[in-house]
Amino acid sequence: MNILVCVKRVPDSSENEIRLNREGNDIDTDDLVYAVNEWDNYAVEEAIQLVDKVGGSVTVVSIGTEENEEILRREMAMGAETGVLLSDPLFEEADGRKLAAILSAYISKNNFDLVLCGAQADEGGAQVGGMLAAMQDKPYAALVNMIEVLDDNKLKIGREIEGGSQEISEIELPCVLSIQTGINEPRYVSIRGIRKVASVEIPTLGAADIGFTDVPLRLNKLEYFQPELGEGAEMLEGSEEELADKLVELLQAKGGIK
Amino acid sequence: MAAIFVYITHKNGEADDTAFELASAAKAIDAAAAPSAIVLGSSADVEQVASQVAPYYSEVITASHDALQYPNAEVQRKVLASLLPAKALLLLNHDSFSMDLAPGLSIVLDAAFASDVVAFEGIQDDTLQLARQEHGGAVSSRSTCSLENGAIISVRAGSFKAPEAGAQGAVVDKSADLGDLSSKRQFVEVIAAEVGDVDITKSEILVAVGRGIEEEDNLDLVHELATAMGADVACSRPVVDAKWLEKSRQVGTSGQTVSPKVYLALGISGSFQHIGGIKGSPFIVAVNKNKNAPIFQAADVGIVADILDFIPVLTEKINASK
Ligand SMILES: Cc1cc2nc3c(=O)[nH]c(=O)nc-3n(C[C@H](O)[C@H](O)[C@H](O)COP(=O)(O)OP(=O)(O)OC[C@H]3O[C@@H](n4cnc5c(N)ncnc54)[C@H](O)[C@@H]3O)c2cc1C
Ligand SMILES: Nc1ncnc2c1ncn2[C@@H]1O[C@H](COP(=O)(O)O)[C@@H](O)[C@H]1O
Repeated sequence: MNILVCVKRVPDSSENEIRLNREGNDIDTDDLVYAVNEWDNYAVEEAIQLVDKVGGSVTVVSIGTEENEEILRREMAMGAETGVLLSDPLFEEADGRKLAAILSAYISKNNFDLVLCGAQADEGGAQVGGMLAAMQDKPYAALVNMIEVLDDNKLKIGREIEGGSQEISEIELPCVLSIQTGINEPRYVSIRGIRKVASVEIPTLGAADIGFTDVPLRLNKLEYFQPELGEGAEMLEGSEEELADKLVELLQAKGGIK
Repeated sequence: MAAIFVYITHKNGEADDTAFELASAAKAIDAAAAPSAIVLGSSADVEQVASQVAPYYSEVITASHDALQYPNAEVQRKVLASLLPAKALLLLNHDSFSMDLAPGLSIVLDAAFASDVVAFEGIQDDTLQLARQEHGGAVSSRSTCSLENGAIISVRAGSFKAPEAGAQGAVVDKSADLGDLSSKRQFVEVIAAEVGDVDITKSEILVAVGRGIEEEDNLDLVHELATAMGADVACSRPVVDAKWLEKSRQVGTSGQTVSPKVYLALGISGSFQHIGGIKGSPFIVAVNKNKNAPIFQAADVGIVADILDFIPVLTEKINASK
């Protein structure tokens, strides 16, 4: 099975506080550390496990700049065979629909049995996978948390729905799936592993290479802002000892200590 | 202004709260809007749900068929694409079903798409201004959405208040117009979430731990604190994804809905999917090292501290107080 996994480079929120710049209209990018989108890491792990079982290959693709090579290499160190960077000045301003159109153009030039995306990325769009599937006229399922290969033409899949229940379906190949976290335990990547793929060439393809023609943006981001906040919590002040004393008193009053 | 339609989410013959909230969302887009509701499903459910939502909409469009009994997005997308007029604006609740259905629908209809919208800020010509949250609620963004070709917009639950009931809208049954309902994805069954050793939905006091605990071994601190308080341990999703605690202890939209008296959130950022699982207005205390964490908006009392240092101090004080 030839599997494509779409991976996005995002600010790593476990390494940084995401906050606004001094003007309060954009994200402060000064000290941001970037990583692969959490959901995409699960998607790559799933692709590798599927190929281990039934054979085939895993390709990882990312739209962005040279800086994206780092995350592509990380996913190759996990076990993806090929990394591809889609980069072009034309790609720089994009909404979800345009990103999906770029990926769709690349997919049309290649042969994949299965395309995996993350369920969502940093902006919470949760859209690129579903759009891509519709552009490719392939069946789709979102929030997939289980994949079992039934035969060459069919998968059994689980989707996570509200309350943590699992919806089981059968879906025909080729198809597009968006992967939910928790589907597997992504393997650890060692420094040595990354070093091994450090010199593997990552082809860079532009709009002309993949036959992409520009699409108009339907969603235009104007600015970031800090919403007017409600009252919020009463913040306790003091040393750790004092904070703990105050909290014990409050918990006792509210029935928080049995 | 394009006509506004609302996709009605329902289960076991009951319309979801968001079925009413979205009538207000439509008015927030255009005060003069007379939105239509769309109810799809099996005939028994559809009739019941249509009568529940009729007082909130100018019209209720229904379609029933065996193939629509369980909401399979691949089938419903086809139905909606044929039911909606050109350039329509469709609102749906942002949930696991809309994530499955809506992005693809926007492509089939060649319409704009915006997900998880929390506010509408006005229309100028064919452009709608809207607000969303990004990075797990850490920052908000403002965008314009083109309505020229219509738009599919999913809205976060709880962002709008249900309006007062009004005159009954007419129910229009379009079941006869349903075309081809075949699909390359066949629904098989729903497997209910696993039941664990404790039922946190019944707990009066919950100590909930998030990714801020950093390592599995540090969970001992949390268990000791919970024991001192007489509380049960709950958690956010990453703790379950890492297999540090069982799924039945996860609070949130894809976990349990809890309603304790006291909820102590430790190292949890406060994403809407987590907060969405806390009901019944408990006394919420949040401890987080980031003073700007969104959890402090949901909490009654907040403490900025490193939980790895703070938890042992708190446990000791509680034990000493007894
Ligand atoms: C469809 C869908 C369904 C979902 N359902 C759920 C759900 O049911 N429940 C759920 O919880 N999530 C759910 N999520 C995930 C959700 O979006 C968030 O990713 C998740 O809630 C984040 O968990 P967290 O707050 O523990 O981690 P993070 O967002 O990473 O936050 C960790 C917090 O800990 C703080 N911190 C770090 N170290 C320390 C320290 N030493 N001391 C003090 N504070 C510290 C940080 O400042 C940060 O605020 C869902 C997501 C999707 C897409
Ligand atoms: N720039 C990108 N390059 C490659 N894949 C992307 C990109 N942006 C989004 N995706 C894919 O689409 C998924 C969902 O992202 P989103 O729709 O932006 O929330 C991600 O998890 C990726 O799989």
